[in-house]
Amino acid sequence: MMAALICVISVVAFLQFFISYCRSILATSRKVQLSDRVREVAGIANKNVAAEDFQRLLQLVRLCPERGDDQTEIRAVGTYYGFLHIIGRACRSMIPSLAAWSERERQSCSYFAAVALDRRISYSRDLLTQQAGDRF
Amino acid sequence: MQLGPLDYGLWLTSFLLEAYVVVCSLFRKDFLRYIHLNVYMLAVGGVTWGQYHFIHTYGLNSQNYFYYYYYSDSLLCILMYLVIIHFYQEVFAEMNVSHYIRGAAALLLAATAFFSFIVVRQNKEHMTTRFVVELEQNINFVVVVLTYLLWGAILKLRETRTRLIQLVLALGVAFSATAGSYALRNLFPDASYLLRWVPPVMGVWLPLAWAYTLTKVPEDARLATARLAVGTR
Repeated sequence: MMAALICVISVVAFLQFFISYCRSILATSRKVQLSDRVREVAGIANKNVAAEDFQRLLQLVRLCPERGDDQTEIRAVGTYYGFLHIIGRACRSMIPSLAAWSERERQSCSYFAAVALDRRISYSRDLLTQQAGDRF
Repeated sequence: MQLGPLDYGLWLTSFLLEAYVVVCSLFRKDFLRYIHLNVYMLAVGGVTWGQYHFIHTYGLNSQNYFYYYYYSDSLLCILMYLVIIHFYQEVFAEMNVSHYIRGAAALLLAATAFFSFIVVRQNKEHMTTRFVVELEQNINFVVVVLTYLLWGAILKLRETRTRLIQLVLALGVAFSATAGSYALRNLFPDASYLLRWVPPVMGVWLPLAWAYTLTKVPEDARLATARLAVGTR
């Protein structure tokens, strides 16, 4: 009985801590405005980034040279996105409000990926400029 | 039972990350500022090294390793209480209630020690693995409850320091997963093989998350706490 109670409370606490931790990482990207350049590259027309764009944006991120300081964040957000995707699919018919919440969260993940892409594009351009400068 | 490459890999990774947290604090001249956290990381690193030594000298199924694991983990839990109390003091710093927090912490520690003493005394005739799992589950659960109350206080007081928030949340993730896995092992002893991976994985997670926070998050970074609570937009 005691073990069952501890198990339930621990699982609920774990979900709350895990979601809040991932949100604290996502929050850093919320304040950042996407540049026109990344909107053009990624084909983002609206203010919000679609939830389904996450994987595509991540593929574009992987095409850019690594900055070396964003890998951990990207992996953590990727795990969170996968977790939300499972919740969204499982609750679509049973609990629509939870599915809608999962959709909003996945949009935040996509926005985070777009910000990461923007940073990597800027980094690539800086690298190119530096190389061109070294050549002359 | 034999240890495989994955066990050794997780062991080595957690040990290196624990060392990294301490070295990183030293280089950034933050060692004294996060003294509780660093002492805990040093202790966990020492215990990890000791476990490796005991397994290689006496074997995984020996009584020596069993008692080493049992007592060292109790010591780590006491240190973890101190880390959490330090976080409480940080959160309530402006309210000047640190002496109340210290008093409450001492009382809680004494109560936990007394409860553990009674449980050990009642079970001294059969201190089996199952008993250790049960005791581990209870001690970890106290840490989860303390961390959850701390998280509630952070939300209520609208604490905005990103570093503090992430350090506390990482702690909550690690200990709730560990306590849950011990409880599941108690409920379903047959699933022990799968669940035994949770504590070592969380042993990697905690120093990894703390290392990330101390390295990447600036001291003056701020965050709107209300947006972090589950259910908010």
